[in-house]
Amino acid sequence: MAVAELRERLSAVPLRPARLRIGWLSAGVACLIVAALVGVFIGPVGINPAQALRKLVGLLPFVPDTSHLSAQHEAILMQLRLPRVVLAGIVGATLAISGAAYQGAFRNPLADPYLLGAAAGAGLGATVAIAYTPAGVGSNIVPMASFAGALLAVALAYAVGRASGPGRTATTLVLAGIAVMSFFTAVQTFLLQRRADQIREVYGWILGRLATVGWSDVFLVLPYVAVGIATIMAHRRLLDVLALGDDEAEAVGVPARRVRLIVVVAASLSTAAVVAVSGLIGFVGLIVPHVVRLVAGTSYRVILPLSLCFGAAFLILADLLGRTVISPAELPIGVITAFFGAPFFALVLRTSRKML
Amino acid sequence: MRRSAAIVSLALAIAACGKTSNIEPIAAGTTTFPLTVTAENGAITIAKKPVRIVSLSPTATEDLFAIGAGRQVIAVDDQSNYPPGVPTTKLSGFEPNVEAIATYKPDLVVFADDSHKLSASFKALGIAAILQSPPKDLSDAYKQLDVLGRVTDNRAGSANVVTKMRRDIRSLVEDAPHFDRPPTYFHELSSDYFTATSSTFIGTVYALLGLKNIADAADKAGTGYPQLSAEFIIQSNPSLIFLADTKCCSQTAETVAKRPGWDKIDAVTSGRVVALDDDVVSRWGPRIVDFLRTVENALKALKKAA
Repeated sequence: MAVAELRERLSAVPLRPARLRIGWLSAGVACLIVAALVGVFIGPVGINPAQALRKLVGLLPFVPDTSHLSAQHEAILMQLRLPRVVLAGIVGATLAISGAAYQGAFRNPLADPYLLGAAAGAGLGATVAIAYTPAGVGSNIVPMASFAGALLAVALAYAVGRASGPGRTATTLVLAGIAVMSFFTAVQTFLLQRRADQIREVYGWILGRLATVGWSDVFLVLPYVAVGIATIMAHRRLLDVLALGDDEAEAVGVPARRVRLIVVVAASLSTAAVVAVSGLIGFVGLIVPHVVRLVAGTSYRVILPLSLCFGAAFLILADLLGRTVISPAELPIGVITAFFGAPFFALVLRTSRKML
Repeated sequence: MRRSAAIVSLALAIAACGKTSNIEPIAAGTTTFPLTVTAENGAITIAKKPVRIVSLSPTATEDLFAIGAGRQVIAVDDQSNYPPGVPTTKLSGFEPNVEAIATYKPDLVVFADDSHKLSASFKALGIAAILQSPPKDLSDAYKQLDVLGRVTDNRAGSANVVTKMRRDIRSLVEDAPHFDRPPTYFHELSSDYFTATSSTFIGTVYALLGLKNIADAADKAGTGYPQLSAEFIIQSNPSLIFLADTKCCSQTAETVAKRPGWDKIDAVTSGRVVALDDDVVSRWGPRIVDFLRTVENALKALKKAA
């Protein structure tokens, strides 16, 4: 196929609404701010929102703290709720943008951040840490073990996909990911069968947990997530080109395979980091990018930043439901994201006239 | 032949009914075999004094050894670890394998969980098996000891154990300090804050000493074992925290103090986080007295500081 012909075909591609309109961006940011405030103000323990707001404003430099919260309420607000809302935001943003990145890199609308086995790898790592280390050691190294497991699984999937010959394509990688996922899940199930008494703890991890997080978890994931998200954002234009096809992208000078590798590594790294502290939270990475696509446009210059905002807002609100619905007990957040996310997505799907 | 045996045992069961039922007052003496007892899983006939007992419940193991039936026990489940030297095997009470149990040729099996229809399996195999599920309160626990005393021919032993437990607990309760406002406590079962309310066995034991459980208000599902949020625990600000997850999850007063926000709880600031033995508080055997003593000591310290 001549290059000139390709160029012609490229120019014939219907123009996507490529620019992120300021309206949508402000809607996304506003949504995130509202979600964060609601998340901080509402919880199993009633804290006067006005007092809480004063406390938050008091955190700003040069502003005196005029709140009169009791020591317990201050601890609840500053050491439990705030880090929890921040972490929920980080996890939601990361899963959503990683999901969008995977969908772009693989040109597959069904791709989510767990596509290459990150979830199965993290699950296996967590299981080994919980069930096969001396009591007490386990819970401390769960984040490290699941992070390592997730990276191992994705690396393995990449190696397998790569080894499958010169014709390695996005599809080969996806298939390799499925093989790795099945294998890791099988090993995990086998290990769990042999340690039946630990099933509850592992199961609790699989359903996702934000219940016991503090600031330390936030700082744990932040470096990986910052680098990962920045890398993905930097490649948003190239993802748009990649959407046309590998050959087409190469023809206009975009090294499709290298872009895919970089984006997938960045998305996997940040996904592995958040999974390590939050457990497996499904649905966010798949659905948030699609909702954005349906309502705001199909260019990755739109999808990526909006997924970031709406993913964070969605998970903060899901976590809010998780800790208030059956308060003072908690629902696992993974249950909430699917239970409320699925009908919402169905609604958007029905009312939207656009195609995925 | 088998049928006639069944008829005989049924006749015996009817004859023995009332005399050997659970609610009979505890009395020492020897047992005459064959014996039929009314257990939770129905009327169980034991042909002769059991000498090959398999226990699938850590509590039953502790009970059996406490009443002097230890020498009749040949195998206990993988969770049984007290008293030291019990014949622990790989048998599981949670995921029981009836074939594996049968290879020990037991003449009596004691188990605590019938969710795998163990009862029916043992019946089919002709093995006498007694179900003793977790009791609701101490008097249930005493009855279980009494039944074990009778079926193993250690009635004097079980009567002694029960009498001693009753006496020790009574004196602990009498010695316990009195508070105008009952002190509140949080009984931690796991590091993700599962707990037990006053409606559980362990909750009734705390209540004996006049403690108030912070989880009672939170158990909307009525399971007795709700999961609390950290927010709720900090807000409730308990005077005492009891850790029943020291073995499973390596929790200590230090790890509790490091949790975000927990340094604002009275129990933590005043050093009243009490480490318990997970095993003792999750069983309902004679060692529950030791647990009660630990709680009473914590109460005395609290009274002294007040």
